[in-house]
Amino acid sequence: MAIALEKKPATDLKSLAQDIVHRAMKGGATAAECVIREGDEFSTLVRLGQVEQLKESGSKAIGVRVFNGQRGASTYSSDFSRDGLDRMVQSALDLSRITSEDPFAGIPEPDQLGAIPAELGLYYPDVYSLPNEDRINYARRAEKAALDYDARIKNSDGGSFDAATGHKVLANSHGFVGEYRRSHCSVAAVPIAQTEDGAMQRDYWFSSALSLSKLENPEQVGKIAAQRTLRRLGARKVKTAHVPVVFDPLVAVSIIEHIFEGVNGDAVYRGASFLAGKLGEKIAAEGVTIVDDGTMPGGFGSSPFDGEGIPTRRTLVVENGVLKSYLLNTYTAKKLGLQTTANAARGLAGTPGIGIGNYFLQPGRKTPQQIIAGIQDGLYVTEFLGHGANLVTGDYSRGASGVWISGGELAYPVEEITVAGNLKDIFANISEIGNDLEFRSSAACPTIRIDGLTVGGE
Amino acid sequence: MTVEQNKFFFQHYGLTQHDLERYLAAALSAGGDYADLYFEYLSSTSLSLDESMVKTASQGISAGCGVRVLSGERTGYAYTDDLSPERILHAARTAALIASGPAKATVAGFQQKPARSLYPVPLPSVDAELTAKVELLMRGDSAARSYDPRIKEVRANYADELRHILVVGSDGTFAEDSQPLARMNVSAIAKAEGSSGRGSSGGGGRVALDFFFGEKTPEYFAREAARQAILQLDAREAPAGEMEVVLGPGWPGVLLHEAVGHGLEADFNRKQTSAFAGLIGKRVASEKCTVVDNGTMPWRRGSLNVDDEGHSTQETVLIENGILKGYLSDKLSAKLMGMADTGNGRRESYEHIPMPRMTNTYMLAGEESPEDIIRSVKHGIYAVNFGGGQVDITNGKFVFSASEAYMIEDGKVTAPIKGATLIGNGPDVLTRVSMVGNDLKLDEGVGTCGKDGQAVPVGVGIPTIKIDRLTVGGTARKDPGGFMQ
Repeated sequence: MAIALEKKPATDLKSLAQDIVHRAMKGGATAAECVIREGDEFSTLVRLGQVEQLKESGSKAIGVRVFNGQRGASTYSSDFSRDGLDRMVQSALDLSRITSEDPFAGIPEPDQLGAIPAELGLYYPDVYSLPNEDRINYARRAEKAALDYDARIKNSDGGSFDAATGHKVLANSHGFVGEYRRSHCSVAAVPIAQTEDGAMQRDYWFSSALSLSKLENPEQVGKIAAQRTLRRLGARKVKTAHVPVVFDPLVAVSIIEHIFEGVNGDAVYRGASFLAGKLGEKIAAEGVTIVDDGTMPGGFGSSPFDGEGIPTRRTLVVENGVLKSYLLNTYTAKKLGLQTTANAARGLAGTPGIGIGNYFLQPGRKTPQQIIAGIQDGLYVTEFLGHGANLVTGDYSRGASGVWISGGELAYPVEEITVAGNLKDIFANISEIGNDLEFRSSAACPTIRIDGLTVGGE
Repeated sequence: MTVEQNKFFFQHYGLTQHDLERYLAAALSAGGDYADLYFEYLSSTSLSLDESMVKTASQGISAGCGVRVLSGERTGYAYTDDLSPERILHAARTAALIASGPAKATVAGFQQKPARSLYPVPLPSVDAELTAKVELLMRGDSAARSYDPRIKEVRANYADELRHILVVGSDGTFAEDSQPLARMNVSAIAKAEGSSGRGSSGGGGRVALDFFFGEKTPEYFAREAARQAILQLDAREAPAGEMEVVLGPGWPGVLLHEAVGHGLEADFNRKQTSAFAGLIGKRVASEKCTVVDNGTMPWRRGSLNVDDEGHSTQETVLIENGILKGYLSDKLSAKLMGMADTGNGRRESYEHIPMPRMTNTYMLAGEESPEDIIRSVKHGIYAVNFGGGQVDITNGKFVFSASEAYMIEDGKVTAPIKGATLIGNGPDVLTRVSMVGNDLKLDEGVGTCGKDGQAVPVGVGIPTIKIDRLTVGGTARKDPGGFMQ
């Protein structure tokens, strides 16, 4: 079975991937899978108006996974010479003699394989269409807009422009072969503001898109970066308190990412997740609906098939607070007696892990301003520092900074504080969801309010 | 002078001294001040065990060359994973474009560094070694499971790599090194009625496989992981607010890495973006604190014979008796700031531009006994293990997350508490260090530091210390000791 994803002749890389699978089978493998990744990158950093870094390159690598009955192993290489590839295949076959028999190991069944027919619009050659001078100017314009915005912006970690394209090929011994290309570009500014007493604050803003034509104007990016930086100036500490906390979209994403980590099949089958065994149970507040959708046209996390060659799909993870589905690949689905949700993430080496497609919390109706207006005394978090979440116990404690809410308004910046609770309570206490859902990467979340957290300070 | 032509890249890729000169000349063809080439060949092996089965075995090879051109404060960079002369020349010409003008710098004769050997170079992996690595995982699994019947899940990983590098620069730099790195890790989950806990322990360094059969066995890591997981079953809520904090010796040295280490990397100070900028010669710590970065410790995970710009590593005093003495520099920042190159130019791989990074960063031992330090605390916490940390170098705020901590009440260590984040301000946290123990310990060899998306192995270390005031981010509404203000 060969799945034609594009109406183009098979590329050299597709035939190469099939050839590697063939070589592995000839060498004695009972099943095999080959992945090839090719990419180009360009990046430039302008600091205080001068080009500071310019980087341009391309790379290519190949990986093979083989099975010797129920024993699996994998190898990878950046050496595409005949000898290099032969050594890679032989090493994988040798390695598969030392791993354990695992009754659940293997590649997907033939009837599971394929790709979604929709045109996803993931590749735009225009990310490379500009001459170098214009690309540098994107970075320069974003930084200049930040520096010009206010006299207190006195320094900068620079403005940047990045572009990249990638090409993925996957083939396996059930006859699957597929490929897709992806493009990406982004512009960012990182200004530094200073008060008269010399205290500095830094923040950033960025725009990213699959096509240059969808990238926000660099001046707009620089201006928002400046505003975000200025609002941190003069930040103070606060007394330890138990108050409502509002999370801006950039930090709110990390809260719903903890749900992803909790429904990740790897953590679920090992009992290493506080959400294991909770299918059908209420794990979050009433209005919380979380979706993972790998099929959204133009999505940062979309692809025609997952890391094992299974067509991507849309999965309802949480519906009105009730846990509806874990996110699984073939292995974890078999372990749990369920069906894969096509969330296999395949690197060059090792067994496939689990990744998101486009993962988001369904927006609510209130604007962020309305959410803040409903709070007499509280905290608006704009940045986290550190990673203090324990997925086994649900214990949660992170460094934070943001703005104090007083009388329904943003009053003054605060820093050097902690936000702590238990993830089980945190999800149950999502009391407001904003209407401001916007994708800046493959995961997105609107503004949310959570009650019952401990804000640690003086 | 001619260099010895019996080395790795000369042998495996047929490189000649003439080739190197030609590539560097191409890199300087548009008028750059300096150019260098970084050749890398990395082979790695990784095995992992889960549910008492070795489920993953993986090996890989990656090789490439990065070409860097400096022109004033500007850096041009390009790399290739194809080591053919055409591709390297193409990369060199691409990187060259950071400068614009006629070629001015020329390639000096190469000066080979005298060889230094801080770590052994193991022979290439053979089948017998693979079997031994599988045995390590199996032993780790069984030791963790037999520690306590409440241990329900165990994972074990073993990974090693051997990195060959060659750095040549237009100033005559010629340095080769072969850098082994190995690590084993065991993690465990404990479950009991209504509660669960997790623990993790690992170690290694620039060592060979025999290290795990002698100095630090799988049983050592397994028992430690299981002990931590069981301990968490009975942990109570951590307090919130400012209080006295005692850090145990070893891995809690991650405090130094986050609170001061990053802020002293020269690139941030050259750009005046660090909270430590302009503080050389000023007091940034109590007089009991002396902090060094030392890349020359044999076997250590953060050590290097030469850095990734071909410069010998060294021991650099950062803070001496509380006074800020120096920064960690690479070639570019040393030149632009008019300071010595401390041999801290590091990069993740040939795809990355080098920058100032730490190696092994630690505080020298003081005179107090750990027992006296704990006895001096009326109400506070004793934190002995950490997950990791992060810093915002511009405003100086840093966090690190305790994974094993206890209450100290009336000078005695009492109940274990749940994980809590500690948060503070880099330029003043060490001024509050009132006691420094005589028990300096380095970590087991597990640290990986991330900066600008580049990961490099590092070491940290610290003796037991007391910090008079630090914010602890727990959840307890009321602390039984009633010391919250």
